[in-house]
Amino acid sequence: MKGRAAIWIGGALSLIFVAAAGVSFFWTPFDVTQLAVTERMRPPDAANLLGTDHLGRDILSMLMVGARTSIAVALVAVGVGMAIGIPLGLWASAQNGGLLDDIIMRGNDLIFAFPSLVIAILITAIFGPSALNAIIAIGIFNIPVFARVTRGGALPIWTLDYVLAARVAGKSNRRIAAEHVLPNVANLLIVQGTIQFSLGILAEAALSYVGLGAQPPVPSWGRMLADSQTMVALAPHMAIVPGLAIVAMVLGLNLLGDGLRDALDPRLRRAR
Amino acid sequence: MSLFEAQDLSVSLGSQEFVRRVSFSIGAGKVFGLVGESGSGKSLTALSVMGLLPSGMQRAGSITLERRRIDTLDERGMCALRGREIGMIFQEPMTALNPLKTIGDQVAETLVIHGAAGGRQARDLARAALARVGLPDDKFPLTRFPHELSGGQRQRVAIAMAIVLEPQLLIADEPTTALDVTTQAQILDLIRGLVRERGMSCMLITHDLAVVAGLADHVAVMQNGQIVEAGPTEPVFRRRHHPYTDQLIRASAFVPPRLLAEPGAPILAAEGVRRSYRLPREGLRRPLFRAVDGVDLTIGKGESVGLVGESGCGKSTLTRALLGLEHLQGGRVVLDGQEVPKPANVGPAMRRKMQVVFQDPFGSFNPRHKVLRLVAEPLYLFRGAMGDHRKLVGDVLRAVGLTADDMEKYIHEFSGGQRQRIAIARALITRPDLILLDEAVSALDVQVRAQILDLLTRLRSDYGLSYLFVSHDLSVVRAITDRVYVMKAGRIVEEGPTWRVFSVPREAYTKELIAATPKIPDDWLREDTA
Repeated sequence: MKGRAAIWIGGALSLIFVAAAGVSFFWTPFDVTQLAVTERMRPPDAANLLGTDHLGRDILSMLMVGARTSIAVALVAVGVGMAIGIPLGLWASAQNGGLLDDIIMRGNDLIFAFPSLVIAILITAIFGPSALNAIIAIGIFNIPVFARVTRGGALPIWTLDYVLAARVAGKSNRRIAAEHVLPNVANLLIVQGTIQFSLGILAEAALSYVGLGAQPPVPSWGRMLADSQTMVALAPHMAIVPGLAIVAMVLGLNLLGDGLRDALDPRLRRAR
Repeated sequence: MSLFEAQDLSVSLGSQEFVRRVSFSIGAGKVFGLVGESGSGKSLTALSVMGLLPSGMQRAGSITLERRRIDTLDERGMCALRGREIGMIFQEPMTALNPLKTIGDQVAETLVIHGAAGGRQARDLARAALARVGLPDDKFPLTRFPHELSGGQRQRVAIAMAIVLEPQLLIADEPTTALDVTTQAQILDLIRGLVRERGMSCMLITHDLAVVAGLADHVAVMQNGQIVEAGPTEPVFRRRHHPYTDQLIRASAFVPPRLLAEPGAPILAAEGVRRSYRLPREGLRRPLFRAVDGVDLTIGKGESVGLVGESGCGKSTLTRALLGLEHLQGGRVVLDGQEVPKPANVGPAMRRKMQVVFQDPFGSFNPRHKVLRLVAEPLYLFRGAMGDHRKLVGDVLRAVGLTADDMEKYIHEFSGGQRQRIAIARALITRPDLILLDEAVSALDVQVRAQILDLLTRLRSDYGLSYLFVSHDLSVVRAITDRVYVMKAGRIVEEGPTWRVFSVPREAYTKELIAATPKIPDDWLREDTA
């Protein structure tokens, strides 16, 4: 039952932000590029439900568009990690103990050895701050995560009799990997994907906080926080709202990931 | 006088009863055998005696040890009893020991927990117990770790742990099922000796009637949670009052009808096959392990050939080599006149002629696919050239005694025996000439095993198949093969017609294997004694 509740709460929290991001494509309460300096730093009221920032922009509107940026960056970064990491992991597991396995996994170790956020800052600092560079920087560090999870989950499956039976049927390694191994590690990957997604949101916020993510005028949660920093005493809502949004989104995704792991892992299911 | 008595013992989970009003008693110094098929409730009966039922299960009835009620004891009372009064050994010696502790510590632990001895004294007693089970201190010091021992030696350590406090009752749950025949014979001898010397009683739980026939004084047959027949072993085997006892005994002595087919030209010939592995580094060199060391083997068209040997003798590696799944270091395999090439180059025509059935009915299917896709997998090579998949799958499913509707189900909906039928269907679908059966009936209950053996015999005559029957179970090989190869340490040590090898074995190793195989005495099986 614990896992079920986590899925519902986590799923609902994540869905709120995804919906907000989706709606922002068609409609936001105010235009986020429109400045209204006379209306600046207004606390939440009937016109601006979450108040306005130091340039008089509506915070709710910025939050909605910012969700779009965060989700897009994190999603694409996870996609990059999966698209490269999963095939690498499967390839390594098929060659278990071979030279290729060693090369792939030691390459992973090499990437793991660097502190990810610092390197991401380095990459965006070298290639210039932009959403695309943030995606690349976060995505690279997702590759070894997925490669490891895939390899670890796949290794025991390669030794099973049905893989041997598929070999007797004349199937190539690549085909066996796609038909027999991948579907049996899919649950691991779904869970890891959810967790990497939440880490991606955090990383994107961190990068834009230091000014290396999406550039103005595109709003992002991290920069909303950064902008509010000097004005926390005057307008606390400017910091609290994006801060809470980040916390809620990350919490939601982590709950969802935890719940999915409990629901999808047959060993945990039996233990309950 | 009986040492142990269980009266109306029941085990239930919710409204479902798994063990129903079972009563039995065990005399001092006697061996009591509890036999039945998997799921009959034997293990639950043993666990309920120990008070070790899985959580949620309820026990009812009375249990008496030496005129003392023990079913009313609380967990503390049972803890004091377990190990001291009642010892227990489990089936799987690989997981019954803690891999991080030495064998000496693990045996001594029992003594320390019960406060019977401590420190040096506990170690001395542990040393004596290990020596008693055949692990003397000079060869197996107390500082050994479980991974340094073989399966049989680990089972000996488990027995030493169970007997170190000299309990009155030893419960052995399938103690030899995971072991080779020669090891099994040694462990059974050990149990027999302990019972005799120490006047210990033993409750032996097994599915193997031959083991019970050789060891137990009394026997009880369990079916669906009830004891259907009980009594002194020999009369139970001879009289078989209950039809279920009769079925079980018949099934374990089952021999399918012989096919008198004259073997044709060789369908498969292996010449000097060698397969070796590099072992982990030892100092500067990496020693070579010869898993298969120059094996010659032929199988004629329509012939059923056996390959027997103990675990680790290389028979599975040889099977894979014959299937063209291994890189050979020497020799060659010829299938129907054509040499089997390197694994990557084995073409569809060759794959079609040779199929395989594995031991584990649970591990040999991808749980995420339906039966249709699982059985049709070998057809993938022919891309439609064999015709409509649905029709072909339906045909082979009927041939193995299932229905065509079964192809829409998932594999978890089938029992072990049905899964093995599906595995045979998968092997049959390409209309092969040769099927390799790697321990194909070893994991099955006796009655299901008899059905599968019968099915294999029928399919052989219907489809003109050849079999290579790889097994450690000599009685099965004896029942179903025409010719047999005996393998030891990567080499074939004896070869000949099955009847000759089993009745007049020439090699010492073959004699040893045959002598170690437990057997129900022939005259117990005779019909006229009833």
